[in-house]
Amino acid sequence: MIELTKDNFEAEVMQAEGPVLVDFWGEKCEPCKALMPDVHALAEKYGDKMKMCKLNTTQNRRLAIGQKVLGLPTFIVYKNGEKIKEISGAENCTPEAIENLIKENI
Amino acid sequence: MSKVYDVVIIGGGPAGLSAGLYASRSRMSALIVERAKWGGQAGTTEELENYPGSIEMPTGPKLMERMKNQAEAFGAELVKDEVTSIDTSDKTKKIILGSGKDISAKAVIIATGAQPMMLGVPGEAELRGKGVSYCATCDADFFTELEVVVVGGGDAAVEEAIYLTKFAEKVTIVHRRDQFRAAKSIAEKAMNNDKIDIMWNTVVEEIYGDGIVEGVKLKNVKTNEITDFRTDGVFMFVGTKPISEFAKGIVEMDQKGYIKTDEEMRTSVDGIFAAGDVRVKSLRQVVTAAADGAIAAVNAEKYIEKNFEI
Repeated sequence: MIELTKDNFEAEVMQAEGPVLVDFWGEKCEPCKALMPDVHALAEKYGDKMKMCKLNTTQNRRLAIGQKVLGLPTFIVYKNGEKIKEISGAENCTPEAIENLIKENI
Repeated sequence: MSKVYDVVIIGGGPAGLSAGLYASRSRMSALIVERAKWGGQAGTTEELENYPGSIEMPTGPKLMERMKNQAEAFGAELVKDEVTSIDTSDKTKKIILGSGKDISAKAVIIATGAQPMMLGVPGEAELRGKGVSYCATCDADFFTELEVVVVGGGDAAVEEAIYLTKFAEKVTIVHRRDQFRAAKSIAEKAMNNDKIDIMWNTVVEEIYGDGIVEGVKLKNVKTNEITDFRTDGVFMFVGTKPISEFAKGIVEMDQKGYIKTDEEMRTSVDGIFAAGDVRVKSLRQVVTAAADGAIAAVNAEKYIEKNFEI
């Protein structure tokens, strides 16, 4: 998975061709960390169809807020520099829901 | 024939992990099934100073990590999956998993816990993750030097409000009554905190903002006066609801969906026990969840000895 920062967000997400999934997570977000192995497995499975990225919001707070993300975990699919769909909150961001989010947007 | 566990424990929070520890210590084969995050709600609580013995390292995630390691060290097996139903047609129960598999067990302990409740006001669902939060440890970072509202008056609300003052410039607790339900020591801590303001007899009527929280409409329940209150975030701690949907129609529950048990943690179905927050009880804390887990495991063992040939 591509690690996003303020230096590469524009190029990797906003200017990318095709759909991009961004996993917004944080160092103190236990549900986010618990999901990480599942997200990595999904990145393996769908990596050839959708670009898979993650953004450490603890290190990139302003960037996350700029994307109107103020709650974790949040998963957003971007296409042509626009948000297509997002899910947020621990009960909503189950491995199944994330997989559906990917499948619906490839 | 596939393996039959002595006990399958549904849920990997303090009740489930404690049940797993007690079951495997008495040499029962025990499997703990967790759908999301080991440690349950306690795993996202930063301040956990009321669990006896946890004073030195009082964070929830650390305590829960130790509980998990302890259960595993005694031989409890841990698996990530969601339980969708329990087949009780035979004496040996069948636990149906979301992955399509099923597991057989002589006894079942339901320890699925509870989750934060939504308040149900306009704007709440739409602004989730955009300033509306149910997890302070997850989201506090975003509100560094900003202002937030905390809704609720129980232990969780007041404790998390205090935690949020480490990040936010100002924290306003909005509570519908004229005093806290939280433990007095925590309530005093909040009332003496310069960064915390308290609005008594007040409820949130609406949360608004254009793509991101900008403010809330508040109502004073005594005067019915509505005021506009600008804020950057709203943290909800207005109670919890049980995670028991999968067991509906199987074990007896109260109207809210909490599972009824006796003092031995027995439910209305022989061989099915319940422990922790998911159960009808008066005090939902890590310490009472752990105690429930121990009692459930011991009684599951007694049940197996009586009803199965060893």
